[in-house]
Amino acid sequence: MRVPVSWLREYVDLPAELTARDLAAGLISVGLEVETVDEIGADITGPIVLGRVREIEELTGFKKPIRYCRVDVGAANGTGEPQGIVCGARNFSEGDPVVVALPGATLPGGFAISARTTYGRVSEGMICSATELGLWEDHTGIVVLPEGLGEPGADIHDLLGLREDVLDIAVTPDRGYTLSIRGVAREAAATYGVSFHDPADVPVSGTAEGGYPATVADPAICSRYVLRGVTGFDPDAESPLWMKRRLAQTGVRPISLAVDVTNYVLMELGQPLHAWDRDKLRGPIEVRLAHSGEQLETLDHVKRSLDPDDILITDESGPINIAGVMGGATTEIDPTSTNVIIEAAHFSETHIARASRRHQLSSESSRRFERGVDSELQLAAATRAVNLLAEFGGAGVEEGYTHIDLSVAREPITIDERLPARVSGVDYPAGTTVRRLREVGCAVEEAGQTLWVTPPSWRPDITDPNDLAEEVIRLEGYGEIPSIPPRAPAGRGLTSGQRIRRAVGRGLAGAGFIETLSYPFVGEGHFDGLRLGPDDERRRAVRLTNPLNDDEPLLRTTLLPGLLRTLVRNVGRGFNDVALFEIGLVYLPKEGAPEYAPMPPVDRGPTPEERANLEEALPEQPRRVAAVLAGNRELSGWWGKGRQATWADAIEAAREVGRAAGAELRPRPADDSPWHPGRCAALYVVNNSDGGSGAGTLVGHAGELHPRVIGSYGLPARTVAMEVELDVIEAARTTVRAPEISGYPVAAQDVALVVDNSVLAADVEEALRSGAGDLLESVRLFDVYTGEQVGEGRKSLAYNLRFRAGDRTLTAEETTVARDAAVAAAASRTGAVLRG
Amino acid sequence: MSAPNDSYDPVEVTPLHPDEVARMRDEALAAIAAASSLEELKEVRIAYAGDRSPLALANREIGSLPPSARAEAGQRVGGARREISEALKERGAVLEEERDNRVLVEEAVDVTLGWDRRPRGARHPLTTIAERMTDIFVNMGFEVAEGPEVEAEWYNFDALNFLPDHPARTMQDTFFVEAPSGGESGLVLRTHTSPVQVRALLDRPLPVYVVAPGKTFRTDELDATHTPVFHQLEGMVVDENITMAHLRGAIDAFVHSMFGAGLRTRFRPYYFPFTEPSGEVDLECFVCRGESVGNPDAPCRTCGSEGWIELGGCGMINPRVLVAAGVDTERYSGWAFGIGVERTLMFAHGVRDMRDMVEGDVRFASAFGMEV
Repeated sequence: MRVPVSWLREYVDLPAELTARDLAAGLISVGLEVETVDEIGADITGPIVLGRVREIEELTGFKKPIRYCRVDVGAANGTGEPQGIVCGARNFSEGDPVVVALPGATLPGGFAISARTTYGRVSEGMICSATELGLWEDHTGIVVLPEGLGEPGADIHDLLGLREDVLDIAVTPDRGYTLSIRGVAREAAATYGVSFHDPADVPVSGTAEGGYPATVADPAICSRYVLRGVTGFDPDAESPLWMKRRLAQTGVRPISLAVDVTNYVLMELGQPLHAWDRDKLRGPIEVRLAHSGEQLETLDHVKRSLDPDDILITDESGPINIAGVMGGATTEIDPTSTNVIIEAAHFSETHIARASRRHQLSSESSRRFERGVDSELQLAAATRAVNLLAEFGGAGVEEGYTHIDLSVAREPITIDERLPARVSGVDYPAGTTVRRLREVGCAVEEAGQTLWVTPPSWRPDITDPNDLAEEVIRLEGYGEIPSIPPRAPAGRGLTSGQRIRRAVGRGLAGAGFIETLSYPFVGEGHFDGLRLGPDDERRRAVRLTNPLNDDEPLLRTTLLPGLLRTLVRNVGRGFNDVALFEIGLVYLPKEGAPEYAPMPPVDRGPTPEERANLEEALPEQPRRVAAVLAGNRELSGWWGKGRQATWADAIEAAREVGRAAGAELRPRPADDSPWHPGRCAALYVVNNSDGGSGAGTLVGHAGELHPRVIGSYGLPARTVAMEVELDVIEAARTTVRAPEISGYPVAAQDVALVVDNSVLAADVEEALRSGAGDLLESVRLFDVYTGEQVGEGRKSLAYNLRFRAGDRTLTAEETTVARDAAVAAAASRTGAVLRG
Repeated sequence: MSAPNDSYDPVEVTPLHPDEVARMRDEALAAIAAASSLEELKEVRIAYAGDRSPLALANREIGSLPPSARAEAGQRVGGARREISEALKERGAVLEEERDNRVLVEEAVDVTLGWDRRPRGARHPLTTIAERMTDIFVNMGFEVAEGPEVEAEWYNFDALNFLPDHPARTMQDTFFVEAPSGGESGLVLRTHTSPVQVRALLDRPLPVYVVAPGKTFRTDELDATHTPVFHQLEGMVVDENITMAHLRGAIDAFVHSMFGAGLRTRFRPYYFPFTEPSGEVDLECFVCRGESVGNPDAPCRTCGSEGWIELGGCGMINPRVLVAAGVDTERYSGWAFGIGVERTLMFAHGVRDMRDMVEGDVRFASAFGMEV
């Protein structure tokens, strides 16, 4: 809402010395969000005066007709002689009063006026248009002033109100009444404790009989309906300059007197009005809901199908308006209309809100109806409008008017006088609550400390005791509220899961990975790029109704697309060795979830069953960790060569996550998209339940990406990646029991075992562990050899076994027995042969 | 070796003669002093202090002296051997130091050679600043509550007193989830962290003191000041006798911990459906402390020379929200606030463009390292 301060001052006795900036600060302190103070015309300086055109000489021989005028500017030019001015406009005649910017004047935008030669004449100034003066957009010519405004040479600044401060207020949804000068003036009056003069105090002339016939089908769609008519309106009458200027300052383009009047009253009082050409109406008006199949061509010449939820204004021809949203084309005021009907109504907020959204028509009217207009204002607003049409359009106001009042009196809200103090923590003096509530327009009945408060008709937002408390607290000032430090009971700190998440982030960052936070939006193309099969679970994704990008209507089911895109972006920016990770949710629709999430009532807490139904409708949203690497894992440098990141680094990154989370991840060969079929590991976490003996639970995959995936995402060759589910890893975490640290010496033994290439190192190691018994402290694979010495299709795995006892130094014999048992287990389980 | 002989004159056992002992000692000390390396000193040690050294041999003769003379001879030889041993130790220390100095100089390297063999990692500053913001409240005794990002409209709107057709609900620029059939699903991407308030109240026994950091979504196109995916930190208290003064106290405590002791805050009335009364909090600019206001010679980039920085929204939890969460409003009241994590990072660390926080350029997170 844009509020010219001079207009505001008409209704509130603000101190003369109060600046617009002070006023803005004052209004902010009571809750109006004044975003800016526009100092309109502050950049207009110098001599700009009223002039009277004495002579017009038409210049010829140029591309367009040009006039050389002699303009009387009184004594303003210092000589009293008429000023010679060249002008390209043609909408004026000799004798017309006009606006003249004399040399030395500056117009908006720093446009400096000086005497100059143009079209072969010396032009000593400029005859100004409304656009050039910053008044309103008008390209039809210069401003022709009305007679009687002043004498030639009179300073035009004040006559036209070139200088104005306009407050731009972002109106919150609860304060629809401040979408009017009236509402802001009332707030200003309360802020400064000064008098308010209600512009809606309009004497209502005429009688409520004999107006245009109308009925309202249902009080639930329209609680008050007013029609007032004028006859003999002069369609050529111009809006007065002040009205045009004020409309322009509030952001509304002046159009014609009839339209301007409805907009002016809208801005002044906040009541949306509609004007019809009475001669285009066909019979009585009915306000009702639309029937299905009805259509209306609206003012914007769009033929709209109406919804049974739309409130319509109809006559015998059918729908003529979508109430509160937009009028129809057939009954529109046109440049010949002389008999006008003004409609002022109070429509249902929610109906207008839905209709506005449904038809994608948001207007000054619908914005106000949605937020709730004053439910008792309609007759005054319609009267104000017809009075203006009569005053400036020469029209006669019809004696009879239509006033349908279906409103229901509001029930008072009962509160304790001390409620504002209990809410704010400020000890207000007795009587403060009643005084402040009356200031905002409430009717208050007192019975000791109990108050019965009826909010005013313009405050539909006040429904609850706390709403009343807020009115008192904000007017008393939020600055009065003291600061009392919190006194929370002892908390339990972060949960295990929350701590683990941080540890994983620190662990991966410590291991050289950089965290990114990518958007969760993906499209089918990303799944294709990952080579997911047609039935792959990951293609079952949550779909958005209104995605930002039509190519990405889905929510991610894997973190990889976002990471890979970020990797490509970094490579494109010249970073070839990149290691990235992300921790975030994926969104997995539940099989058999209900079509529609329930909406339990809100006048009580949901039952356990209602809560369960709500949860059932949500997709699963497990937390994942993923990482991608490309280029060198270790950089080359003066120390020697770098080392390219490999599938093993991806697996190690996953195991780093496991370690940070306190769980061990074990790789097994796997073949899963988007990985290279021969270089992909499935990762399993050892379960609590099976004590580590079973296969464990699958938590994700790691390895080198499939070459085709690398191709379709444009990734560097041999890019590797991992993705694991943190929630599953967290669940596998066990309380660590301290190891017993033996001080006895270690006995180390190396064994080299030859196995078939197909035998997994992990299986050999597992066999060694199980065979070696309790004396075994650790097993470490230190060499892998293939070649002639071990034969075709076979490999030699060299292990270092370390034995130690907790209570003695092991003898050579004990160690050898344990080693032989380990080798025997490997032999029987994996066919391993001790290499000679 | 001679046999013991009581009448034997000790002077006649030549190696034990005082002059001879002194001579052997002097010869040994001279050799020690002359040793110029640890290797030479080792040879000197063998020659003069070893088992076959003259004094060691002389020592064996002591037994052949009459008992009355043994003590004196023993002292004499022992004294000489101690002197030699001391001299060896001292000379050894000197030579070792000389060697060390030489070797350590030879082993000197250029320690300014760069060592970026393993690329450095980093956490995202939005993660670390959110943790820091969270921890301020955790340290006051709050717990961290969480909720899903795809959320039921009931939690995101209805339970928070956003009525179905109220402008407040449509102004939220909401991403809606499509039902499998293509219709409405009743699910949204949560537009704020406030649904966690309702979940926390339903999940936890009263009183509840929680903070809820998390990801939120609105249908804004990415530009320098907007991102469709962003982060909020929600704080909430529901307890007996809670007033706006407690809200102010909590926010002041947060501001002082995060931005500096003594900074002032300013509360302005505002509107949110889920709080009543509602407010917005401004923080005194921690860079210029208001000095830049009306002072064009010293503009402040952090607050735009406004003197105040908008921190977030807050208010007393609307009793309607408490009712929808099954809380007895006769007994309990509460406050809540929400702070933007991106905004906080932007003004705390001078981030100029929202896109820097979103694009994942390695230079951005790397600049912050492991903590903010």
